[in-house]
Amino acid sequence: MPFSQILVETEPPIGIIRLNRPKVLNALNFELLIELVEALEAFDRDDRVRATVLTGNDDAFSAGADIKELSEATPVDLIQRNQFALWDRLKKTAKPIIGAISGYALGGGCELAMNCDIIIASETAKFGQPEINIGIMPGAGGTQRLTRTIGKFRAMEMILTGQPITAREAEKHGLVNKIVPVESYFEEARKLAMQIAQKAPVATRLAKEAVLKAFDTPLEEGLQFERRNFYLLFSTQDTKEGMKAFNEKRPPQFKGR
Amino acid sequence: MSYETILVETKNQTTRITLNRPASLNSFNDKMGEEFYASLKAAEKDPDTRCLIITGAGRAFSAGEDVSGLKERYGGDTHPSLGDHLRKKYHPMILRIRNMEKPVIARINGIAAGSGASIALACDIRIASEDAGLKQAFIGVGLVPDSGSSYFLTRTLGPSRALELIMTGRTVGAKEAEALGLVNQTVPAAELDKVVNGVADRLASGPTKALGLSKRVVNQVGRLELPDALEYEAQNQDIAGRTRDHLEAVRAFLEKRQPKFSGT
Repeated sequence: MPFSQILVETEPPIGIIRLNRPKVLNALNFELLIELVEALEAFDRDDRVRATVLTGNDDAFSAGADIKELSEATPVDLIQRNQFALWDRLKKTAKPIIGAISGYALGGGCELAMNCDIIIASETAKFGQPEINIGIMPGAGGTQRLTRTIGKFRAMEMILTGQPITAREAEKHGLVNKIVPVESYFEEARKLAMQIAQKAPVATRLAKEAVLKAFDTPLEEGLQFERRNFYLLFSTQDTKEGMKAFNEKRPPQFKGR
Repeated sequence: MSYETILVETKNQTTRITLNRPASLNSFNDKMGEEFYASLKAAEKDPDTRCLIITGAGRAFSAGEDVSGLKERYGGDTHPSLGDHLRKKYHPMILRIRNMEKPVIARINGIAAGSGASIALACDIRIASEDAGLKQAFIGVGLVPDSGSSYFLTRTLGPSRALELIMTGRTVGAKEAEALGLVNQTVPAAELDKVVNGVADRLASGPTKALGLSKRVVNQVGRLELPDALEYEAQNQDIAGRTRDHLEAVRAFLEKRQPKFSGT
């Protein structure tokens, strides 16, 4: 399908999605979210893609929800749109997503960043949940994901004051994996996606699923879940190839089977 | 854009910002603070500006905060928040000078005191007239160094010499300042322009992106451990290696000629 709010590229073995509403700092309108979810689901089905880079531009990953769209909406509109169902689909993306984040990642933009599996940020990135400034609050996971990532006290301060934090602070508090100069963040994320795309695809998928499970389950149940995924991998050809290649001291040839 | 309290002139890809309230030794009233900051922002954005010179008109570089403006704020027993005043007026300009990825030269034509000294110290290179001096004027009015003075002095001189200057508030003459490493070069007043313009011309025709990245690296490495500093250099070298000017320099070397840098 043709996209109008995002740019989608396939550069096997990775996919690249760029949010593309530069005039409004990539504000997340309903249409963009639909396109994003559909693009990610298409990548999940596409055997040529093994990891995705999700990015915006140097000035903004995304400055958040489209306030104009939101302020014109009636409660009935909101119910009918059921926007959060899209976020639920987003969360179910099976293949790894590397966020390449520069500039503003605010509100829904910060929440979208936290839906990524790994975040490479530019030194100029700013993360924040400023919803409180317009009398609302995070609605797409901000209160939950931020709290689990940087802890109650820091999350509370960001969410209650609406004050954003710098890339350096985000790195210090574990909200991003790495910060690099603004000229390099995309390339760095691309390299990382390429590296991950070399691994056995079924293993990366089940490993991602198991890590995310840690957010939802008590330890004992999470460990059981991990074990089942671990056993499951032994039925794949790639696991046999990986161990064989290790013993034969050569790089493995993974087929995604 | 026209200003009331400063002069801005761009020539040979160098923008010269002159603090221009000579009757009050170029002290910073709020208007001059706003205009100076606006001119820094404009010069940073201007693609035709590849080097900046900051200087003062008349006999002073800048005497720092304009205390006459404080009068009305000290009515009765009130204590205005000096912290908020600094955050609003001086911090943005000091950070803008340090973070803008273009070389900034302080042409210290005369006394630089208080926050005036801070601005000079925030620049990348300082060239002073023999008649100039730097003064940590804060203690004289019962205050602590601000606008970055304690930061820059401590990093340049170490805590003991920094504290001597801060605690005595004495004026350090240009010659002594040069010996201490507080200014890069001291020259007779009559030669100040020749020397400053010479350095500016050289920088303005240099590989601007690499000059800016060098500043970025120097700004960061001070707070890093060696392995992280090495990594940070490598990241920025990647960027410099992709510039046109780098390729031009390599080509010029192979062709045994001087490179012509475009700044990109």
